[in-house]
Amino acid sequence: MTAAAETVPGEPPHAHHWSPVNAYHGAKLGMWLFLATELLLFGVLFTSFAIYRYTYLGEFHDASLKLDWKLGAINTAVLILSSFTAALAMDAAQRGNNKRVKNLLLFTVACGGIFLVVKYFEYSHKYEIGLFPGVECPVVEAGDAHHGDAHHGAGGHHQEYCWPKDTSALSAEQKEMLVSNKYKMYFGLYYCMTALHALHVIIGMGLLSWVCFLAARNRFSEQYYTPVELGALYWHLVDLIWIYLFPLLYLVD
Amino acid sequence: MSHHSAESDSHGSDDHHGELGHILPFSVYRNVLIGLLVLTVITVWIAKDSTFDFGHWNIAIAMLVASLKATLVALYFMHLKFEDKVTWLYAFFPVFLLALMMGLIFLDNPYRRQDKPIEVHDTLAEQR
Amino acid sequence: MSAGAEGVEHGEKNYLNHETTIWSWLTTVDHKRIGLMYLFTITAFFIIGGLAALTMRLELARSGPDFMTPDQYNILFTLHGAIMIFLFIVPGIPATMGNFLLPLMIGAKDVAFPRLNLLSYYVYVVGAAMAVVALLNPIDTGWTFYAPYSTQTKSAVILMTGAAFVLGFSSILTGLNFVVTVHRLRCPGMHWDRLPVFVWALYATAVIQTLATPVVGITLLLLIMERWLGVGVFDPAMGGDPVLYEHFFWFYSHPVVYIMVLPAFGVVGEIIPVFSRKPLFGYKMVCYASLAIALVGFLVWAHHMLVAGISDPSAIYFSVITFGVAIPTAVKVFNWVSTMYKGSISFDTPMLYAMAFVFLFMIAGTTGIYLATLAVDVFYHDTYFVVAHFHYTIQGGAVIGLIAALHFWFPKMTGKMYNEAIAKVAFVLVFVGFNLTFLPQFVLGMQGMPRRYFDYLPEFEELHMISSFGAVINGFGYTFALVNLLGAWIFSRRKATENPYNSLSLEWQTQSPPIHENFRETPTVDDYPYAYGTPVEGGGH
Repeated sequence: MTAAAETVPGEPPHAHHWSPVNAYHGAKLGMWLFLATELLLFGVLFTSFAIYRYTYLGEFHDASLKLDWKLGAINTAVLILSSFTAALAMDAAQRGNNKRVKNLLLFTVACGGIFLVVKYFEYSHKYEIGLFPGVECPVVEAGDAHHGDAHHGAGGHHQEYCWPKDTSALSAEQKEMLVSNKYKMYFGLYYCMTALHALHVIIGMGLLSWVCFLAARNRFSEQYYTPVELGALYWHLVDLIWIYLFPLLYLVD
Repeated sequence: MSHHSAESDSHGSDDHHGELGHILPFSVYRNVLIGLLVLTVITVWIAKDSTFDFGHWNIAIAMLVASLKATLVALYFMHLKFEDKVTWLYAFFPVFLLALMMGLIFLDNPYRRQDKPIEVHDTLAEQR
Repeated sequence: MSAGAEGVEHGEKNYLNHETTIWSWLTTVDHKRIGLMYLFTITAFFIIGGLAALTMRLELARSGPDFMTPDQYNILFTLHGAIMIFLFIVPGIPATMGNFLLPLMIGAKDVAFPRLNLLSYYVYVVGAAMAVVALLNPIDTGWTFYAPYSTQTKSAVILMTGAAFVLGFSSILTGLNFVVTVHRLRCPGMHWDRLPVFVWALYATAVIQTLATPVVGITLLLLIMERWLGVGVFDPAMGGDPVLYEHFFWFYSHPVVYIMVLPAFGVVGEIIPVFSRKPLFGYKMVCYASLAIALVGFLVWAHHMLVAGISDPSAIYFSVITFGVAIPTAVKVFNWVSTMYKGSISFDTPMLYAMAFVFLFMIAGTTGIYLATLAVDVFYHDTYFVVAHFHYTIQGGAVIGLIAALHFWFPKMTGKMYNEAIAKVAFVLVFVGFNLTFLPQFVLGMQGMPRRYFDYLPEFEELHMISSFGAVINGFGYTFALVNLLGAWIFSRRKATENPYNSLSLEWQTQSPPIHENFRETPTVDDYPYAYGTPVEGGGH
C-alpha cells in the first residue's frame, strides 16, 4: 500500500488518511447509512399512503384498477432481474473479472431502461385518459372547501379542484374517474411515489454507467471493487422500494 | 509525509479482520433470483385470484411476502448476511423508525375524537 | 529531521498558513478549514437572525403598532425563525466545532470522506442562498410551514421549502460522514469507552441528522407537490389531513432539537472537568445518556401537537414518553454538577459559559415538563411560555454551548489568546440580557400572551418592555464576545501554547493551531481523557 498505488489499475486509490481495507468498509457503511436515509425518504410516502389507504380503502381500490397490474408485474420482474445481474457484477468484481463486470452492468442498466420505457407507456396512457396532474393547482377559495367532504365519495359532483381545470371537453368515462377527490389523492400519491422511484432508477443507471466505464478501463480487482459494490447496493435499494410499491399501488384490495 | 501502514491506521476502529467482502457461489444468487420471481408470482396470484380472499388480511399477506423478498435481497444480493453488527444496526434502525412513525400516526389518525377520521369544519362557508 | 528544523516548523507551518490562496480555501478538503468556513457563514446568519429578533423586540416594546405593519411582523418572525433554525443552529455546533474537532479528538487525519465534507458545505451555501432569496421574497408562514396555510398563501413557500430540503441534504452528508468517521478512524487505543464525551454527543447527533432529516425533506417536497399538483394529502378540502403534515414535520423537528443541543451537552462535558480539575463524574453514563436522548428524541414528536386535535390515546402516549426525556437529560446535569463538587474550579470564560449552560438548561428542561403535561399544555400552548421555554433550550442551551466552545477551543483554532476581561464582561451581558429577555416571557405566557402576535393588550406592556430591554443587552453581549474573539484572532500578539488549559484530551496534544495533517505521528491512547487529579494508570472509571 504505497502512495504510488494511485495510478495502477486494480489498486485502490490512495487516500492519505486511512488504509484501503478500512476505506472499503467505511465506504460501505457510508452507503448503508445513505440507503437508510433513502428508506426513510420513501417511508413518509409509504406512511401517507398507508393512512389514506386505510381511510379510503374503497376509493383507493377503484382507483388502483385504473393501473395496469400486468405492466407493474413486468416491471417488477425486470427490476428483480437487474438486481440479480447487479449482484453478479459485484461477484465478478470480487473475482477481478472486469469484462464480466462491464457486461453485467450494461445488462443491468439496460433493464433500468426497459423499466423506464414501460413506466413511460403507463404515464402516457394515463395522460391520454386525463389522469395526470396539471402543472398549476388552483388556489382553493374558502367557500369551496366543503366540497371535498369525506362523505361525497365516488358519487360526488365537484370539479373545481381536479387536475384538468376545464372538464367540459372530457368524455363521460374520464369525468367518472375524476369525480372523487380520493381518486386524485390516490393518483397524486401514485405519481409522487413512482416519479421519485423513477428518479432513483435514473440516478442508479447513471451511477452504474460510471462504474461500467471504470470496469472497461480495468480499474477493479480482488483488492479493489468498492465502486461496484456501492453502485450495486444503491441499485438493490431501488429494487427494494419497488418490491413494496408494486403490491401497494397496483394490487389494492 | 508520514504515511502509516494499514495495520496502525485501523487499530482503533471497530473490526480487525482486515479483509474485504465475502465471496458467494453463483448458485446462491441464482436461487435467490428464483425465490424472488416465485414470490412475485405468489403476490399477484393472491391479489388477483378471487379464491384467495382474506379480507383485511390481504394487505398484511402482501406486505409479508414483500418483506420476505426484501429480506432475500438484503441478505444475499446486498451481502447484509456477511456484514458487521454496525451495518446491521443501520440497516434495521431506519426500519424501526419507519415502523414507529407509522405505528404512532396510526395511533392518532383513526382514533380522533370525531366519528370520522377527518372532519371538515369550514366556518366561513357555514356562516354564509 | 534535526531538532532545529522541527522547532522552525513548529512555529510556522499550520493548517492556516499551509496554503494561503483564496482558491486553496474554497477547494480545501481539510476538515479544520471547512469547520472555519462553516463558522464564518453561520455567524453571518446569526447576526442577521439576531438583528431580526431585535427589530421584533423593539416593535413589541410598547403596545400598539410602532414602526411596522402586522404583515411585516409576520415576515420578520419567519425570517428570524427560519434563519436561526435552518441556517444557524442546525449546522451550528456539529458543522463548525464538530468538523474542526472530531478528527483531532479521535486522533485521525481527517473525516472519513473529506470531499463529501466539502460538498456538504457547498450544498449548505446553495441552500442558504435559496433561503435568503425566499425569505426576502418574502414568506410569512413561520418556520414550520404548517399546512394548509402554507399550501395556500401566495408567499415564497416553494422556494423556502426547497431551500430547507437542500439544507437537509447538507446536514445528512455531514451526519453520515461523522458516523463513519467515529466507527472507522479512531486512532490506536481509542476504544469506545475512551472517546471524549463531545465525540459521543457528536455521534448521537450525527445519527439523528442522518436518519431524521430525510423525513422532513420528503415532507417539504410533498408540500411543494401539494401546491403544484393539488395532491390533497394535507388538504382537508380533499379529504386530506393537515395534522399529518405536523406529524411528519415534527418527526424531524423534534429530534432536530437534539441536533442543536446534544453537541452543546458534549461541549459542556468537555469544559467542566478541565476547569474543575476532576474526572468527569459518571463518564459512561454521560456517554450513554447522549445515545438515550437521541433515541428517546425519536419517540416524542407529537408533544408539539397536543392541542392540534390528535387522538386521546396518542396524546397520552406522547405526554408520558416526553417525561422520559427528562431522565437521560437529568443524568447529564447531575453528572456535570457532581463533577464540579469539591473540584478545584477556575472561573475562566469557557467555564462561566458552561455553568450558565447548566443553569439555563435546567430551567429549559423543567419548563419543558410543564408543557409535556397534557392539562397544562392546553393553557400554555402557543403562548410566550413556549417561546421562553424553547429559547432557554436553544439559545440558553445550544447558542451558549457554541459560544462556550468558541472560547474554549479558540486558542487551538487560531493559535492566539483572547482578552479574558472583555470576554467576562461579554459573558455577564449575555447572561443578564438573556434572562432579562426570557424570564418575563414565562410570566407573559402564563398570563395569556399568545406567541407570534404583532400587538398585545396594554397590561402586558411592562413585561414586554423589560424583555425588549433585555434583548438589547443580550445583543450587546454577543457583539462584545464576537468582536473580542475576532479582534484577538487578528490583532492579538499573545500566542497560545499547545495546551493552555492543561487538558488531557487529544486535540490539545498537537500544536496550536494544528498542522495540516493534525498530528505528526498517529497518536496512541491508553486512557480516557478525564483522568484529572487521579493517578493516570488507574483510569478512574
